[in-house]
Amino acid sequence: MINRRCNLKTLALAAAVAAGSLTFTLQAQAADTIKVGVLHSLSGTMAISETVLKDTVLMAIDEINAKGGVLGKKLEPVVVDPASNWPLFAEKTKQLLTQDKVSVIFGCWTSVSRKSVLPVVEELNGLLFYPVQYEGEELSKNVFYTGAAPNQQAIPAVDYLMSKEGGAAKRWVLLGTDYVYPRTTNKILRAYLKSKGVKESDIDEKYTPFGHSDYQTIVADIKKFSAGGKTAVVSTINGDSNVPFYKELGNAGLKAKDVPVVAFSVGEEELRGVDTKPLVGHLAAWNYFMSIKNPANDEFIKKWSAYAKAKNIAGHKDKPLTNDPMEATYIGINMWKQAVEKAKTTDVDAVIKAMAGQTFKAPSGITSKMDEKNHHLHKSVFIGEIKADGQFNVVWKTPGPVKAKPWSPFIAGNEGKADEPVKK
Amino acid sequence: MTRWAMVVGMLLTCNAHALTADEALGMAVGESDARIQSLAKAVAQGDDKTAAYLQALADDAVKVAAGKVLVVRGGKGFDPVTGQVAEVPPEAEDVMLNNRFRGEIDTALAALKLFSTDAALRQQAALALLKEPDASRLPVLDKALASEKNAAVLTLLQQAQAAVLLTANKAEDRLQAARTLAKSRQPEVLLLLNQQLGNEQDAAVQSAIKFAVSKVQDGLRWGDRLGQLFTGASLGSILLLVALGLAITYGLMGVINMAHGELMMIGAYATYVVQVAFRNYLPGAFDYYLLAAMPVAFATSAGVGALLERSILKHLYGRPLETLLATWGISLVLMQAVRSLFGAQNVGVENPSWMSGSIAVLPNLQLPWNRVLIIGFAAAVLLGMSLLIAKTRLGLFVRGVTQNRPMASCMGINTARIDTYAFALGSGIAGLAGCALSQIGNVGPDLGQSYIVDSFMVVVLGGVGQLAGTVYAALGLGLVGKLLEGWTGAVLAKIAVLVFIIVFIQKRPQGIFAMKGRSAEA
Repeated sequence: MINRRCNLKTLALAAAVAAGSLTFTLQAQAADTIKVGVLHSLSGTMAISETVLKDTVLMAIDEINAKGGVLGKKLEPVVVDPASNWPLFAEKTKQLLTQDKVSVIFGCWTSVSRKSVLPVVEELNGLLFYPVQYEGEELSKNVFYTGAAPNQQAIPAVDYLMSKEGGAAKRWVLLGTDYVYPRTTNKILRAYLKSKGVKESDIDEKYTPFGHSDYQTIVADIKKFSAGGKTAVVSTINGDSNVPFYKELGNAGLKAKDVPVVAFSVGEEELRGVDTKPLVGHLAAWNYFMSIKNPANDEFIKKWSAYAKAKNIAGHKDKPLTNDPMEATYIGINMWKQAVEKAKTTDVDAVIKAMAGQTFKAPSGITSKMDEKNHHLHKSVFIGEIKADGQFNVVWKTPGPVKAKPWSPFIAGNEGKADEPVKK
Repeated sequence: MTRWAMVVGMLLTCNAHALTADEALGMAVGESDARIQSLAKAVAQGDDKTAAYLQALADDAVKVAAGKVLVVRGGKGFDPVTGQVAEVPPEAEDVMLNNRFRGEIDTALAALKLFSTDAALRQQAALALLKEPDASRLPVLDKALASEKNAAVLTLLQQAQAAVLLTANKAEDRLQAARTLAKSRQPEVLLLLNQQLGNEQDAAVQSAIKFAVSKVQDGLRWGDRLGQLFTGASLGSILLLVALGLAITYGLMGVINMAHGELMMIGAYATYVVQVAFRNYLPGAFDYYLLAAMPVAFATSAGVGALLERSILKHLYGRPLETLLATWGISLVLMQAVRSLFGAQNVGVENPSWMSGSIAVLPNLQLPWNRVLIIGFAAAVLLGMSLLIAKTRLGLFVRGVTQNRPMASCMGINTARIDTYAFALGSGIAGLAGCALSQIGNVGPDLGQSYIVDSFMVVVLGGVGQLAGTVYAALGLGLVGKLLEGWTGAVLAKIAVLVFIIVFIQKRPQGIFAMKGRSAEA
């Protein structure tokens, strides 16, 4: 018995050591710096998407430091790896805020990771910049959302697919990874589609676990479902499951002109490992594409290419790619810098106040503005089709920036909720 | 070629009219509606230059610079109208295509191909027109129907004509069309019929369409069933591959090898390395990299396995708990080592061209090549392994040592060496599994983690120490899992399978097949 307990103890010890060894922290170099936390998964199922965001933050920090830093101090990044492990996100946040005493955190991709970080940031009055499109239904005083709310991505994408240009879809498959973002987005989309007269029997909702790799049944089901009328697929699959999904789609011969798939979490980076030739014509909705032509984007891509080459970033040193969350990260850190300079301090409450109404010339071609009240960016929406080279061809865009509605009117009980963080 | 030109000439009749620069530009830029109009106009009077230009548009090989279109093939620019070589200016932009326009091009090309001399091409063209009926194509279809001799193409053409007439103004036409389409076995026809059913007012036509829908569905039912069976068999073959190696190291040798998944991961990374080497040094033979990758993956994983056995595991035989902890630690070390070497991100392993695409067995049953080949590969590995265990001297020694170590030792067998060989063999087969997995999923440092539970599940369910049990368990779990998934969705299916295994092991701890005889107690 004693022996067994001993073994269990060893097991627990080994687990703790293993978890600890997976993380690394850049140690303080100088005392007089402003510390910036970077909280992105560098391993696990989300590493495919999140690793470049860490590098984007580091690039922006290098750039800011080269120009003399903020308030005369250099920025000092503190990088941690929450390893696609949601509870670990909360632990790492606590560590960043209490031990490393960072002034701001840039991080998270999945909503489940943000939800796990949220109580910690609120309790310790930290500041989080969240750079990814999400489901809304949240408005925290301590978070700035630089990705899209549903009305800045999901709803315009569905509108496009319903239009004649987008193929006039009548039936809908809502396919996602099983967690809060796809579930909530699909709830909103279901209500929205119904308001447009789509019948319950013409909507099929499907979920797969994180890291799912066998999409045979799903693709066969989509094929069968599409025999009942012009069908479009809305994919909120996250992480590396996208690669087997698109591989299966290509192999099964499901062409974009028959059944278009619009994805909300697939960008240039996710398509890197995929043979895109069979996928030509499938869609993605974002607020930025690498293929957008304008001087701000040219400069952004040039900076990233140079940085990737200098830092020898795997993949990017040979084939640099930029994507929407990278742009959102870049806007976020630059706006934070402007806000700190305006507030003349890194004090969280002062910076939050100074963030309202900040503007920045975004690589997407618009002057991005942080809403005065609701902590979200005003964004243009683009819909792009996948090209054979893995880039996107913009086929549709909104005439101008759209204001975010974090509380979707298509979810019951949201009427009358304040469009700004409620003081507790 | 001469006949093709002649038929096109016939099509054009009096005002034969070549592609003009304006038309080419009209199809390339502007609003979709205007582009589709210019496309329709050009095709109605099109010659083979139009066809070549459309093909270029479909292949994304057209660029626009300074109000002129250029076809770019193999790095050289051509004027689509004159055919002359032209310089491609650096500011030339790709022509924008969206799905709607791409569909229009495909059917336009199909209409032009209806008169090809190649029956297979004609069949493709007729099928494409059947899928996208358009009233403006009726005259072309009529003409093709009049000259077509091939029975298979003729049927398709008739159905394509019916698909157009399904939305005709006269109820009589629609009724006739529904009857013709009832004979079709194309899944796309179902879509057309269902669409018309929603708009149909005439009661007689409605019932004819309903009858046609049920007919077509009947015809497709077998394809659905076989498709489901195939997905189950495919999952089963993958489970079999990941479990076979473990059936030796755990099943025969009794080593609880938590690093089994990482040995697969090493095999997958070996495949990746071979792929990169081929791309850099032998780009011409890139399609065959997978054949070279198989022995490399086997050898790498077997080498790592042998090293592990010699250095660590041989000191731990007979102490399962310590073995479990040690191999788990090894798995972490291996994962971190790969992360440091290749980065934490997944690496891209491309399918060679013969592993991409699918083979159409029935109109609604397309089997992806990579899955078909992996089923065959799993069968080959199984066969090879069972022959090795059952027929060779090494296999005899392995069986002898695992059944009764002291006795085998007395007979003069070097048991320590046999242990190493057997463990290396199991590891090598894990490497082969990794090579196969790289063709259908992601290759990353965590690859092994997602399969380790599955592989133990299969071995335990099949009965420890039994190869046949492993095979039955893998195929059974694959089929049951896929059937459940079609029924309950992927998330619940996974839970249901786990619950089933827990209950099964409670009732029958020895697995499907129990070892017979004295060795069961050993």
